[in-house]
Amino acid sequence: MELVVFVFAAAMILVGGLGVVLRSHPVHAALSLILTLFGVAVIFVSQEAHFLAAVQVIVYAGAIVVLFVIMLLGVDRTEDIKTEPFKIQRPLAVIVGLGVIGLVTAAVITSRDVVATRGAGIAEPAMTDPDSNIRQLSRSVFGDYVVAFEVTSVLLVVAVVGTVLLTRKVKPTSKESQ
Amino acid sequence: MSALIAAATPTTTWYLVLAAVLFGIGTVGVLVRRNPLVMFMCIELMLNAVNLSFVALAKRLGDIGGQTTVFFVMVVAAAEVVVGLGIIVSIMRKRPGANVDDISALKG
Repeated sequence: MELVVFVFAAAMILVGGLGVVLRSHPVHAALSLILTLFGVAVIFVSQEAHFLAAVQVIVYAGAIVVLFVIMLLGVDRTEDIKTEPFKIQRPLAVIVGLGVIGLVTAAVITSRDVVATRGAGIAEPAMTDPDSNIRQLSRSVFGDYVVAFEVTSVLLVVAVVGTVLLTRKVKPTSKESQ
Repeated sequence: MSALIAAATPTTTWYLVLAAVLFGIGTVGVLVRRNPLVMFMCIELMLNAVNLSFVALAKRLGDIGGQTTVFFVMVVAAAEVVVGLGIIVSIMRKRPGANVDDISALKG
């Protein structure tokens, strides 16, 4: 059963990822990105990260991709895949990508035994307590990592204010904004 | 056949290799594409590959810290997308139809 879930989710992820890279129309690339994000969410569920799967669907597929699509509708939709400034760049990019995949895969396979040492264990989402993953994650976020959590709130405020400043229309008469 | 399928349960290594392949696809995308928005999408692919390996290792090693890290990565990715799209919009307003080679000098 887990194998079937893995195969389907991996197919979704790989087809979506290749679609992002290969589709020439940027909106099609954004839709392929949604496919990949849903596949990752399926794997999150099968790896017992239920809260993260929900956040993945809501924040990534719901908010970030919609933001991308709105931007794409606002700006141009040129078929950029036809232009190629350097002739050798594309084969080199494929070679670099295959090299990255090969190196990381070799590292994963050689470190198989290190991965096998288990810790205390994540609480299994038993039928009696379906919220155990959320409870454990919230203990971690609001307990051990509470300072980092507060810093990320500052980060989000800074990002929003900075974006408003960046995209503000500059008035031609005001001197200070030039 | 069904016994074979039942025997072959995916281990953590499978998930890590899948994450490696997704990361490689994202790398190729960043190197190949010219549209800044599509390059952003490829960066999202790479972030998701790393999230995938974090979650797989969190289950394997029995440490909730991996899932916490993914939580923070998602928050930072959202902030990054907001700022990046703001920069792209302000560039596109000045010169419509620019690709990344036109703005490689980082000059307004």
